[in-house]
Amino acid sequence: MAFTWTIVVMVVVLGLCWRYLGSYMVAVYEGRSRWLRWMERPIYRSLRVSPESEQTWQRYAASVVGFTAVALLLSYGIFRLQKSLPFNPQHFGAVRPDTAWNTSVSFVTNTNWQSYSGETTMSYLSQMGALAVQNFLSASVGMAVAIALVRGFARKGSPTIGNFWVDFVRGTIYVLLPIAFVAAIVFMAQGTVQTMAGAASIHDSLNGVDQVLGRGPMASQEVIKQLGTNGGGFFNANGANPLENPTGLTNLLSVLLILCIPVAFTYVFGKMVFSVRQGVAILAVMTALFAGWVTMATVAEHQGSPAMATAGVSDSGTGNLEGKETRFGVPSSALYNVTSTQTSTGSVDSAADSYTPLGGFAMLTGMMLGEVSPGGVGTGLYGILLFAVITVFIGGLMVGRTPEYLGKKIQGREVKLAALGVLVMPVTVLVLTAVAAAIGAGRAGPLNSGPHGFSEILYAYTSQTNNNGSGFGGLSANTPFYNITGTIGLLLGRFGMIIPVLALAGSLAAKKPVAAGLGTFRTDKPMFVGLLIAVVLIVGALTFFPALALGPLVEQVSHGLF
Amino acid sequence: MLWVNLRRGLIVSVIFFVLLGLAYPLAETGIGQALFGHRASGSLGTNGSKLVGQQWKGPQWFQGRPDGDDPTATGGSNLGPRSKELVDTYKKRIAALKKQGITPSPDLVAASGSGIDPDISPAAAYTQVASVAAARHLPAGTVRTLVAAHVQGPQLGFLGASHVNVLELNEALAGLR
Repeated sequence: MAFTWTIVVMVVVLGLCWRYLGSYMVAVYEGRSRWLRWMERPIYRSLRVSPESEQTWQRYAASVVGFTAVALLLSYGIFRLQKSLPFNPQHFGAVRPDTAWNTSVSFVTNTNWQSYSGETTMSYLSQMGALAVQNFLSASVGMAVAIALVRGFARKGSPTIGNFWVDFVRGTIYVLLPIAFVAAIVFMAQGTVQTMAGAASIHDSLNGVDQVLGRGPMASQEVIKQLGTNGGGFFNANGANPLENPTGLTNLLSVLLILCIPVAFTYVFGKMVFSVRQGVAILAVMTALFAGWVTMATVAEHQGSPAMATAGVSDSGTGNLEGKETRFGVPSSALYNVTSTQTSTGSVDSAADSYTPLGGFAMLTGMMLGEVSPGGVGTGLYGILLFAVITVFIGGLMVGRTPEYLGKKIQGREVKLAALGVLVMPVTVLVLTAVAAAIGAGRAGPLNSGPHGFSEILYAYTSQTNNNGSGFGGLSANTPFYNITGTIGLLLGRFGMIIPVLALAGSLAAKKPVAAGLGTFRTDKPMFVGLLIAVVLIVGALTFFPALALGPLVEQVSHGLF
Repeated sequence: MLWVNLRRGLIVSVIFFVLLGLAYPLAETGIGQALFGHRASGSLGTNGSKLVGQQWKGPQWFQGRPDGDDPTATGGSNLGPRSKELVDTYKKRIAALKKQGITPSPDLVAASGSGIDPDISPAAAYTQVASVAAARHLPAGTVRTLVAAHVQGPQLGFLGASHVNVLELNEALAGLR
């Protein structure tokens, strides 16, 4: 019953975000919102960028790549030099080169895959100045790319798609910073730690126990990790750690922070292409997939753990509690983890590795669908729009007619770019998983044996290539092999999609719209919603079924232990 | 064009490093310490943080989740639901609980996700009443009343699950005469 109320509150709050955060974001990206102009203008002046200037898609893409390259090197430098830099009360040494490299790539690609443990690796400066800063900026890059694609649909015969630097600065200071600033205060009021005072030593005289409590500027990082759909925890246990996520309220707020921008983006899309109904159709697809996966994981976790049954204790009343926190309980834990895996966030409030096979399947396949339900900030919208282009193409094939989407003719070039953007991820995941399963350095990674061990490897590459960042934590991923092969997935998953998306934006912006005729496939109707859902599911199933059969599926149907 | 983008990337990175990497977290730290100093510092009390679980030794204390309880090495077991190793661990824990006269409840057998879960379910607390009362030579009714007083329902009536904070419960238990 309590969980029903959680869902009701979630739907109401997200409905308000959709409408009002959505319309605020339209005003921000169209330059009509000006209340932070005092902060914005000096940045443009120092960049020597005019807020009215425009870029072609090639220049826009070059700016994205240029910024990311600089961010990558600076983060790498901070990790390597943290020993000699300030804000290091626990005197941590330099981060190992392969770990620092994987972590830098992971955070600038909005992934936040973490092969290290935060509590024993990162100084406060690395946490605040590298990790948390990239949490803001990589999110803002994704949002900018989505806006550029939406402009491609909305503009008529335009050679340009906006200006990266302007979109990037606006998204950061108008959207991400104000929400994070307020949310962090709520988290601190609930008990999330925020201090520069270093670790605390405690002694329990009742029990004779001594503990050292790692602390740090956690609340400020916790909120942006959720809001920017980044997901990297301050400490290893991520959102399960009571010092990061202390109460049921912070748990629900985390879910809302993750979902608010991706949901609002469907309103932004509809508004900017002059038909809110088009945005509603996209939101309907996202909601249907999301609801299906939340149901799957919640039901699976309620079934209880086979290990507990074998050991002779019944958990039929409580569900599978291994790796779950008492204060959240099973349904709220499943909701959090599914939200995070369907949004390219990757934070977890319960150990993904210890979920039931079907619960783990829900998290794994949520990512395999391409992070579009609703996906990360910006990335979710451009991801599903690629699928939408493929859907109208398939619709067009069925009736033998050149397809259109939002008044733009979808021709060979557009379909090729969309297919490229959709297929880079599965190809990368499957090749990397096959390599890791074939060689010793890869097979040394899994903690669990049997199909669950294979799932750990498959999960790692699926997560990194989809820029999600969650993990089946049993995998020993902090090795040169996993750090370096993972980086390939991270970069291909990010730029293998962004560049085709921007090329598509440029190609669409240049087109003149055609009037809708009698034969036009309406993309704001249930028929389109159903077909788009089917396309997302079929592409995912066709590419990943064999791999899934070797992992969670065989684990689910088997009766033995491994 | 390459140099323009790299130069702009560098300038904007420096600006946002100062704004988002220093000013933002330090401002939040100032606000947190001024308004909620106790909570923002880790909710520390005389005997530890009420947000961090501990291993309670002996039958005279209520036991928490079977975690490592080291706050500098957080995380779960990461063992899968069909892991033989997990089943063996469960069997050991069940035997130890039964030896103390406790009927095992699932959250006393399964470890948490954080490895420092400070709470147990009300059922897990009630199942320990008899053994704790016997070890302390207290009437079971008194201990049961104490547990009932420490059950926290879902937050705001609907968020999360009912739970009992083990540190608070044991502190109150130590105060019983």
